[in-house]
Amino acid sequence: MARTVIPFGPQHPVLPEPIHLSLVVEDEKVVEALPTLGYVHRGLEMLAVKRDYNQMIQIVERVCGICSMIHSLCYCQGIEEMMGIEVPRRAKMLRVVWSELHRLHSHLLWLGLFADSFGFESLFMQLWKIRERVMDLNEATTGNRVIVSVNVVGGVRADLDESQIRWIKDTLVEVEASIKSLQSTIMNDSTVCKRTVGVGVLTKQAAYDLGAAGPMLRGSGVAQDMRQLKYAGFDEIAFEPIVETAGDCWARSTVRFRESLQSIDLVRQALDKLDGSELAVKVKGKPEGEVITRVEQPRGECLYYLKGNGTNNLERVRIRTPTFANIPPLAAILPGLDFADVPVVVLSIDPCISCTER
Amino acid sequence: MFGSFLKTSQVKSPWLMHFDCGSCNGCDIETLACLTPVYDVERFGIINVGNPRHADVLVVTGTVNKRNAVILKNIYDQMPSPKLVIAIGACGCSGGVFREAPNVLGGVDKVIPVDVYVPGCPAKPEAIMDAVVTGLGKLKGILEAS
Repeated sequence: MARTVIPFGPQHPVLPEPIHLSLVVEDEKVVEALPTLGYVHRGLEMLAVKRDYNQMIQIVERVCGICSMIHSLCYCQGIEEMMGIEVPRRAKMLRVVWSELHRLHSHLLWLGLFADSFGFESLFMQLWKIRERVMDLNEATTGNRVIVSVNVVGGVRADLDESQIRWIKDTLVEVEASIKSLQSTIMNDSTVCKRTVGVGVLTKQAAYDLGAAGPMLRGSGVAQDMRQLKYAGFDEIAFEPIVETAGDCWARSTVRFRESLQSIDLVRQALDKLDGSELAVKVKGKPEGEVITRVEQPRGECLYYLKGNGTNNLERVRIRTPTFANIPPLAAILPGLDFADVPVVVLSIDPCISCTER
Repeated sequence: MFGSFLKTSQVKSPWLMHFDCGSCNGCDIETLACLTPVYDVERFGIINVGNPRHADVLVVTGTVNKRNAVILKNIYDQMPSPKLVIAIGACGCSGGVFREAPNVLGGVDKVIPVDVYVPGCPAKPEAIMDAVVTGLGKLKGILEAS
């Protein structure tokens, strides 16, 4: 049959966000995929010249609503490095607590959407039901469900008292048990495996060459995680990156599943290490100089380049997000797939378009 | 008779379509959370559909930018009348924190008429559900007048 071009997106039931793919198909096989971006571009890096460096925290939090805490963490670390501020230990540990809670809710959200992409709606509902418990933790400890806004330059602005710490630990025990109860469904169920095992395989060498990031890279067998850089409180926390070697959709979902359990463990470790130091140090002066910081988002490595010129406004903010890094590997694995597998494979990279286009 | 059936069912069981129009994902996942067990809008007969031609209610999250303004207008035009538009979040209402960003036009009402505005950054699921119910009251009024 002749080649046909099928437009996929920008508005599509499986995509929570607008992205356009022109899929060139022969019969049912995809031979080429051409992504088109720009539907969520807001140009918020430019806002750095209109807002001062403290107000920019609120802007970078809204780069992406799912991992907002981790974006502001990366930004604040950059400013702190530029201004030579040492963050108190309690603030570092609290940053780990909230960033891991964010990773946990992001992975549960993704696992749910992934289940939905191959039509397993009851699994989607179950996972999102568990996720609401994590959202409750966020809301009760910071005042907001999604954009928690806890980071300030020099520390954090919210604290946890003894009763809250106990409550978080109790809730996490229940969350962990309910996630584990879904383990056999997500990893072994035959209907799930038929759609995921061997679909969209990215080899280790290709993942490395194409610059994949996060679970996409670790699902292909490369043990690279920015938390190994020991930013925030990770210097005192036992951490090993989670790696799977198959490189297919199953491996990527397994990495995320295991990471969500690991996040619970990291939150517990961080809560045990909270000491009596203060929440934030006083900040004096203006940021000057250039700095690059990296953190691990739920989707992979996130890089911030900041340039200050000694005034209240930063001269340049440049953000490189993990989904941007994962689009070339996605374009490489789409050709040769059945058309029905495209939504599953597109979701398997955990696309966050608002991060990518900012 | 068929007409009166349509009038009742459109208010009692509205079909909802969600379009992300340059949002930061915060409002999107809160809109999706409305469909899941804790909030569960399906108990009100509300179903999330993917095709604008099937939808009665258009839920828009996020700011309108220069590129997706055309898409938003297209989707709105494809929906059958009478239709309802709900703008969610500070961005959907006015542009929010991004209103001064270079590629942002502003709120959803710059492109299509909006019936219900939901404040919040991001708007809570309870607020989104309340907005849909408020909007249905408005839809009922339009249907009764026609």
